[in-house]
Order: sequence, then C-alpha cells, then structure tokens
Amino acid sequence: MTLLLETRGLTAFYGDFQALYGIDFEVATGEVVAIIGANGAGKSTFLRSLVGLVKSAGEGIRFGGAGIESLPAHVIARLGMALVPEGRRLFPSLSVEENLAIGADQAGEGPWTLASVYDLFPMLRERRTAPATALSGGQQQMVAIGRALMGNPRLLLCDELSLGLAPAAVRNIYAVFPQIRAAGAAIVLVEQDVGQAMRAADRLYCFQEGRVSLTGRAGALSREQISQAYFGLH
Amino acid sequence: MRLDVVIETATRASRTGAVVAIGVIAAVASMPWWAGSGTMRTGVELLYYLALAQVWNLMAGYGGLISFGQQAFIGIGGYALVLFAYRLGLDPYLTLAIGSALAGLFAWPMSKLLFRLHGAYFAVGTWIVAECWRLVFANWSWLGGGSGISITATVRGIEPWWREALAFWLAALIGLGSIAGVYLLLRSRFGLALMALRDSEVASESIGISVTQLKTWVYVVAAAAFGLVGGLIFLTKLRISPDSAVSINWSVTIVFIVVVGGIGTIEGPIIGVVLYFLLREYLADYGAIYMIVFGLLAITVMLTLKGGIWGTVQRRFDLHFFPVQRRLRSSQQTLNST
Amino acid sequence: MANLLDTLLQGTLLGGRYALMAIGLSLAFGVMRLVNVAHGDFIVLAAYLALVTVNALGLHPLSALLIVVPAMAMLGYAVQRGLLNRAIGRDIMPALLITFGLSVIIQNSLLEVFSADSRRLQAGNLSSTGVSFADGISMGWFPLMTLATAALTIGGLEQFFRRSRLGRAFRAVSDDPEIVQLMGYDPRHVHALAMAVAFATVGIAGTFFGIGTIFDPALGPPQLLFAFEAVIIGGMGSLWGTLAGSMVLGIAQAIGFRIDPGWGILFGHAAFLIILAVRPQGLFPRTRDA
Repeated sequence: MTLLLETRGLTAFYGDFQALYGIDFEVATGEVVAIIGANGAGKSTFLRSLVGLVKSAGEGIRFGGAGIESLPAHVIARLGMALVPEGRRLFPSLSVEENLAIGADQAGEGPWTLASVYDLFPMLRERRTAPATALSGGQQQMVAIGRALMGNPRLLLCDELSLGLAPAAVRNIYAVFPQIRAAGAAIVLVEQDVGQAMRAADRLYCFQEGRVSLTGRAGALSREQISQAYFGLH
Repeated sequence: MRLDVVIETATRASRTGAVVAIGVIAAVASMPWWAGSGTMRTGVELLYYLALAQVWNLMAGYGGLISFGQQAFIGIGGYALVLFAYRLGLDPYLTLAIGSALAGLFAWPMSKLLFRLHGAYFAVGTWIVAECWRLVFANWSWLGGGSGISITATVRGIEPWWREALAFWLAALIGLGSIAGVYLLLRSRFGLALMALRDSEVASESIGISVTQLKTWVYVVAAAAFGLVGGLIFLTKLRISPDSAVSINWSVTIVFIVVVGGIGTIEGPIIGVVLYFLLREYLADYGAIYMIVFGLLAITVMLTLKGGIWGTVQRRFDLHFFPVQRRLRSSQQTLNST
Repeated sequence: MANLLDTLLQGTLLGGRYALMAIGLSLAFGVMRLVNVAHGDFIVLAAYLALVTVNALGLHPLSALLIVVPAMAMLGYAVQRGLLNRAIGRDIMPALLITFGLSVIIQNSLLEVFSADSRRLQAGNLSSTGVSFADGISMGWFPLMTLATAALTIGGLEQFFRRSRLGRAFRAVSDDPEIVQLMGYDPRHVHALAMAVAFATVGIAGTFFGIGTIFDPALGPPQLLFAFEAVIIGGMGSLWGTLAGSMVLGIAQAIGFRIDPGWGILFGHAAFLIILAVRPQGLFPRTRDA
C-alpha cells in the first residue's frame, strides 16, 4: 500500500487561538482511518486544514506525493480530496439532484455517477426534485455523502456523520461504507462515537487538545488506552 | 498570576491634546478680529463640515448606521429658515434651533420606517427618503419651488462684520462642540452601550441594551445636529434651492472625509476635513478632478488602510488624543487597547 | 376611463424600463448579497459607451448592443475580481463605500470627458412611432420593445439559473461561498462571472436608456434609486418579483405624473415607502428563504 496523505507537524490557528499543535498523520490508499476525540480536540479543524478551508502551517501536507499546503481549497478539491462537512451544509436553493450534480462539475471520471449514487442510496432517487433541505436529517446526510462522492475523490473525509441523527439513520449510513470503500476511495472518519469508529476503521487516531494522544490499529487498542487518550486521564 | 493594573481613561497624548485644544479655541475665538473675509468663509465651511463628519461618524463608525440620506436634515434646517425666518419673520438665529428641533422630530417616524432595512439597504433607503424631501421642497412654491429662493431679507439690519463674526463663532461652537460632544457622549454609559452595539447586536441585546431604542436615539440626535448645521449653512449662503440643500453631494463629501480620515475614531474626521480642504484648494482649477481624486483616495484607503489614516497611525504608535475606551494598563504594557 | 387605462398602460411601459435597469442590481443582490451603489452610474456609462460606438462605427444604436454588452460584461468581471471581491464579507461597509466611491468617480469622469450636455442615441423613427388606439390611448413601439426585452431577459436568466451548470453554481455560491470551494469552484471567479452577467444586463439597460430618453452624466443616482425600489418592492432574490416591482413603481409614477408633472417621481418613492411600511418583505419574496 502506498501513502496517499501525510502531514508532519501540522499546526493551525483560529485568530490568536491555537487549535492544532503539530499533527503527524498518515493515510494509505484504500485505507479507512478514524479520528476520535472529545469536543474541541481539533478534529474538525484538522479536516478543514487538509482541504484548505483553514490556513495551516508546519512541515507540509503531502497528498498523492505532491505538497498541497499552500493551495487554495478549490484546487485541493480538484486534486481528489472531498469533505462531507460537519452539519452537512447542503445548498438550500438546490434540489437533491442538483446538490449531487454540483459535486461532479469540476471533477474527473470515476465509478461515481448520479446513477451509482442513486443505487447506493435508493431513497434519494425518489426525492430527486425535492429541495435538499426538505429531507430528513439522515437523508440529508446521504445527499452530503453523495455530493462528495460525485467528485470521485481519492480521499473522502467525513466530519461527524452521526451528529444529531437517530441511531437507525446512523446504521443505514455506515452500512454503505463497505461499498464506498470497494469503489476505491480511502476514507477518514471523524467520530465522537468511539464504538462506531472502531467498527468502521482499520486504524485509529485519538486527538486531545490539538495533539495526537494515541494511534494504532483499531483492533489492537484496549478500552483503557482509548479512554485515557480520549479524556486525558493520567 | 496576579497583575497590578490601573484603569486608565486619560493618556499622555490626551493631556497634551487638552493643552493644544485650549490654544486652538483661543485662536479661533479671536479670528473675526484678525482674519480676512475669505479665510473666515473657508473657516466657517471647514467647521461645519467638521461637525457633519463627526456626527456621521458617530452614526456609522460607532452606531453602525450608514446613512446616505443625511442631506434630508440639512434641507429641513435650511428650509426652516425660509419658512420661519423669511416667510413668518422670526429671528433667524432662533430659527436655527427650530430647524434643529424639527429635523429631530421628523427623524423619529422616519427611523421607524427605515430601520426595517438593514445595512446597505438602510443606506439606500435613507437616500430615497431624502429625495422625497427634495421633491417636497421643489413642489412647494411658497418656499421657492424648484429654482430656490434668496433669504437675504432675513439678515437685513444686522451689520455685515457682526453677521460674519456671529456666523463664524456659531460654526466654531458647532464644529469644536461636535468634537467635545461626541467625545463626552462616547465616554458616557450611552457611548459604552453604543460601542457594544457596534461590536455585536446580539450580545448587547443579551446584556439588556435595547438595540432599536439606542439606534433611534442616535438617528434622532444626528438628525437634529444636521438640521442645526443645515440652518447655519444657509444662513451664511443666504440662498437656498432644493438641489443645493438636499444634495447627495453632502453625503458624498462627508462619507469620504470620514472614511479617508478614519472611521470609528474622533481624530479621523478632523484629519479627513483638513485633507479634503487641502485637496480642494490645490485641485480647484481642474474642475471635477478633485472629486475623482478624493473618490480614488477613499477606495484605496478602504482597501488598504483599515480604519483610515488615523486608524493606521493609531495602530502603529498607540496614540489616543480622545481616549473613549477604558484601558487596563499594567506597569509594563497595555493589556487591552481596543 | 380612457385616461385611467392610458395611465396604467404608460406606467406599465415605464415599468419595463425600470425592470431592465433593475435586473443587474437584483442579480448582484441575489448572488453576492452586494448592493452596488454605482449601479445607476454604470447604466449611464453603458449609454455613453453605446454613444461612442454609434458615433465611431455609424451603427444603429441597437446594433451597438453587440459591442456594449460584452464590454460591460468584461468590466463587471474586472470590477468584481479587482475590487469588490476584496470587500465582500460579513461587514457590509467596505463594499458599500467602495461602490459609493465608484459612483462619484464614474460621474465626474463622464463629466470631464463628455461635459454636462444632454445626449441621446438616435434610433431613427423607432423612438418616435407607435400605435394609437381609440380614445387617446397610445403606445410607443420603443417602450413596448423595452418592456418585451426586460421580460425576455428575465425569462432567459431564470432558465439559465435553473438549467445551466453555471447558473447552479451561482445559486450554490449564494447559499454557501465556503462549501462551494469543496466542489472545486473558486468563489472569487464565480462571483466575478455573476457580476459579468449582471453587467451584461446593465449594458442592455444602458443602451435602451440612451435611446429612450436624453441623458447626462448626473443621471446615474436616480436610476439606482428606481432600480433599488423595484427590487425591494418586488421582494429580494426573485427576478419575476423585480419585474412586478418595476410595474408597481412605473404605474405609481405614471399616476403621479398625470396629477401633476412635479409629483411623478415622488409618487414612486411614496409607493416604495408604503410597501416598506406594510409589507417589508416585498410583494413576492423568494419562498425558499422565507
């Protein structure tokens, strides 16, 4: 397996507030990696730094072998990195189908098309002409994932997919992850639900106060290690 | 860690400023005895622009109300002269007060309507209301109609030297008074509330400041000030027309003075006024060019110098001639200067 | 009765002219939440551009559209990319004051170059002929053409917004300029393209304005106010609403003009203020925002 994404000593600020203190992070092609951690640990900021929405510093971000740390967000997106943002952030003026289609506007060919996204989430096909924000939370999350997939990304970043959704809706969404994975994209999941993250991921990073407090293969970490890294109990 | 701090509302610059201010006031008060007629006229104009700019800055820079329609109140102040002094024969100086009161009075219902528009929409909305006033004056033939009217008769019988001196002192009182007034206002509880409002409407609502009430007050007070200055302007010009009284050019000039000088500071409008008069003086022979230059200057300042000329100076040198903020000062450094 | 019908007809036709002017302002509102205070001055600038084109090439003013419209579109792109993109954001003050500055610069530059003399684009008998119905009701061909052009432009833009890829991007960038970057769109470029489309309509409006009436450099601000009133009356964010708002404004002015020529414009302003008082969201607000 080759390295798809790598950051070394990544730092990020919100104004005067430092959110990330030197993150070393790696994702191989085809791998599923989960990032867990408490509120405010810097998980979302990290994803936003990767896609260029937050300015970051450090020894660089390499994606597919090229340094992308100084590129603007829209260029990074065209290189094949997609983000399902926290809170979904669908375009309210666009219909379901338009929200999906806009994801493909600036992207290359690949396994994901309107037809294959509808096959993945059949209920979206029925509601294709509805305004995206008229859907239920779980369905909106499907649109957000579909919109990101339409760009045929090499790396799919998902920020808190389960946030605010009913358990059944969360199960439905995670049920399709094997199919997404089979289509070839590597995935980074940010989750507060540790159990969900452990089941879905090959490897795990735990963030605490802007630093990586623990990393390892999902199956090889004990509950004690994780809760210590998660809550910072020493 | 414990810090030994004192709360400071005066700075060394402000104490120096106080000494300078006394000198300026003495020089200005004695001007009618030593300055020529042309200088005095320029002086009057400079002083009332200073007052207009200070008040507009109070609205926009501190209250967050950007109005392009303050010329409505200049017109109301001016036309109060026509109505009360020229037509009804009241004392012209008394009429200044009536015009000011009327402007404030009309501003209240206008604010009810205009506050339905926010931000940029409010700005254009005020402009439309001002246009309504212009058209009302233009269609009111008893007040001179579209072509305007001469009101020289109102000051007949007052000796010219005395009239010029009086106009100048009034302008000085209003111009320098506007600085003092805005300064004292901002240092009061009212000013603190106003600045809280500018920084965050939601936050100030949550600490019990009624945003609408505060904005209404600012709007009404500003209108009364513009009405007063409007009366003074046409008491010196002695000829008024709807197009000269309710002209967008008043707003253009005032906005540029404040933006270039430094919005949200008391020093800014002073610098802006001086710069405007210098530019106008040097470019007077080139027709409309000075407006083009001033427009370009304003855009450049807006894009590159945050807070205008004075805002930039202030950031670089930590100078505050009119400290309206409370500053926590430790023995080594200023902890909070915003 | 005939008087009333004629007033309504003239008001509707006048509304057509205002609609054509208001489209660009409505677009910039809708896509960028930007109030371009220099909008009226750009309309007048376009009229002068048409005048120069007509004089230089000896074209019919309507053929000048072929040059004026693309030129204005390019200007719109440049103004947005070079100036306004640096000023849009949460604080509305910079964009407002920059366009206010542009307004003054354009007016005074036109004054320097073309003097304060009134001009008109000569369109032969197009601007003087019309059709007369019975009972003193008549209609000029050119005002009718202006109204039709406004309706066609709005219809075309609505289709473009609904069906084209770029139109979809315009709606998306209006919703969320941050997330649109994740779709590979540069919002600065999308905004500039939207302003180019808005300015293309300003090119049409300016040319029609120059044929329909005499103009001079100082006429920009009133056109801004009329366009602004039309947009607010109609309800922000909907082009058909803007058309309806223009009709309301035109008819109010026509009624005022009929009563006393001095009251026409004032009646228009009054209609705007009354609607602001009783229905501040406008007549046809965009439902998805409500």
